Amino acid sequence: MSYQTIAELVHDLNTKKTSSVELTQYFLNRIQQHDKKLNAFITVCEESALQAAQKADEKRAKGQVHALTGIPLAHKDIFCTNGVKTSCASKMLDNFISPYDATVVKNFKAVDVVMLGKTNMDEFAMGSSNENSFYGPVKNPWNTDYVPGGSSGGSAAAVAANLAPCATGTDTGGSIRQPAALSGICGLKPTYGRVSRYGMIAFASSLDQGGLFARTAEDIAILLNVMAGFDKMDSTSVDIPVPDYTSTLNDSIQGLRIGLPKEYFNEGLHPEVAKAVQDAIREYEKLGATIHDIELPHSTLSIPAYYVIAPAECSSNLARFDGVRYGYRCKDPKDLTDLYQRSRSEGFGKEVIRRIMVGTYALSAGYFDAYYLKAQKIRGLIREDFAKAFKKVDMILSPTTPEPAFKIGEKTGDPLSMYLSDIYTIAAPLAGLPGISIPVGFVNKLPIGLQLIGNFFEEARILNTAHHFQKVTDWHTKTPEGF
Amino acid sequence: MSLTPDDIKKIAHLSRLNMTDEDIAFYTPQLSNILHFVEQMSSVDTSHIEPLANPLDLSQRERPDAVTEPDQREAFQAIAPKVEAGLYLVPKVIEGE
Repeated sequence: MSYQTIAELVHDLNTKKTSSVELTQYFLNRIQQHDKKLNAFITVCEESALQAAQKADEKRAKGQVHALTGIPLAHKDIFCTNGVKTSCASKMLDNFISPYDATVVKNFKAVDVVMLGKTNMDEFAMGSSNENSFYGPVKNPWNTDYVPGGSSGGSAAAVAANLAPCATGTDTGGSIRQPAALSGICGLKPTYGRVSRYGMIAFASSLDQGGLFARTAEDIAILLNVMAGFDKMDSTSVDIPVPDYTSTLNDSIQGLRIGLPKEYFNEGLHPEVAKAVQDAIREYEKLGATIHDIELPHSTLSIPAYYVIAPAECSSNLARFDGVRYGYRCKDPKDLTDLYQRSRSEGFGKEVIRRIMVGTYALSAGYFDAYYLKAQKIRGLIREDFAKAFKKVDMILSPTTPEPAFKIGEKTGDPLSMYLSDIYTIAAPLAGLPGISIPVGFVNKLPIGLQLIGNFFEEARILNTAHHFQKVTDWHTKTPEGF
Repeated sequence: MSLTPDDIKKIAHLSRLNMTDEDIAFYTPQLSNILHFVEQMSSVDTSHIEPLANPLDLSQRERPDAVTEPDQREAFQAIAPKVEAGLYLVPKVIEGE
């Protein structure tokens, strides 16, 4: 398979080597040809994509051009898209045609980026394997017996198999970085508040953040320039200027202080993953960075705290699905309570029900202090750990996951073992920090991801640090066989 | 914390979820395990720690009290399961004539 980066595609459009219609048709053909093997898409927007591409080409002919005009992209099916089914991979929203666009969708439309379709995911973004989808699991393009990671598994698999050159995702506990690692591509979760959550179906509102998948840090920089920014429609959006993320990609990282949290290199780490990460650390030393041991002492408590906070917020957010105003309604409800209860029980999958129940319990009278308040206090300690670390170092480096992708079905019987696969990604969103995963090797032909966590709003520095690595290595150019 | 089938029934009711006996048997041990797992949190003393609700410590922004949303009743009701004369229909709540 040959693929091109966004930067290369932009160049081809600028030099008229290709058109948006040609590019769009190319990716639509690839989806048609290969998605049966992956199940990465829930909806493919063939007609509207070609129309949008036509419009982009007309604008380019007139010279009204943004760099991304005419570039195809796939949206995770959690972002509301006006007139297009927005299911969140749930039976609950299988019939939901969104009446409006999410701000992220609007931002890309405004520069005539072409939406190829909507990607598969874990239902309501709850999961780490993309097995919790009403539309069936997504397969990992590197080995279709394996999961691509989750919850943004469809976006990750689509980019890895070159069914789309880039895709949006959301990250609440690792849902961008973990599938990026398991699928062998780049995935960025920005700082909480950097990207608008308006029209992004809410799971855990104090953690959810939209982000991106692409092959290179440079591509993510080009895309983030359009995706990020203040939005008055999102009460937690932050009103600070968006830098040009591409302008600092090549800044020197001589003297960059990189910290290795000892808690992220513990006994649960697969030896081959550890080796790939050590090799990457040596590359950074060659590039002039200095390596420092650091501590994030409350790391082990991040999963317990997360699995109180996220379910609690989920139970509150998902109360809106009542079978009355939109979404699934059960047949022949005998009274109002029956309407609510059966619509919800029949409309939600098992993992969503588990989290609603855990969250309801954690917020119920008599238990609030012991669970939710306690978890928020631990969240304070976790943020404090990072604050102390960032006094000593500029960037934190770790494996993204302790192991490469696992087999489909391997962890579905045991929710807790699934939760533990997010061990290295879950702390950053609790603290609100940005992070990226980039590919750094393979074990048994399955990709390995390296995580870089930066300080608040330091996306530019993260992308700069990742870009330097990609200039001297070629892991990001590897592609799965058969696609 | 071990949950009993009765606890699960109560939580399901609070969550407005319908549970068969089979469902209750399925979720009881799973939820107990999850709660047991999160109880690791009690291993650390947090008595002097402030709870963190927003990682950036921001408070809600205010805006002028002005109408900004256009009327989209028809668009919103077009996707509702059951509507009549601009109203959302649900099963009868008040019994009688």
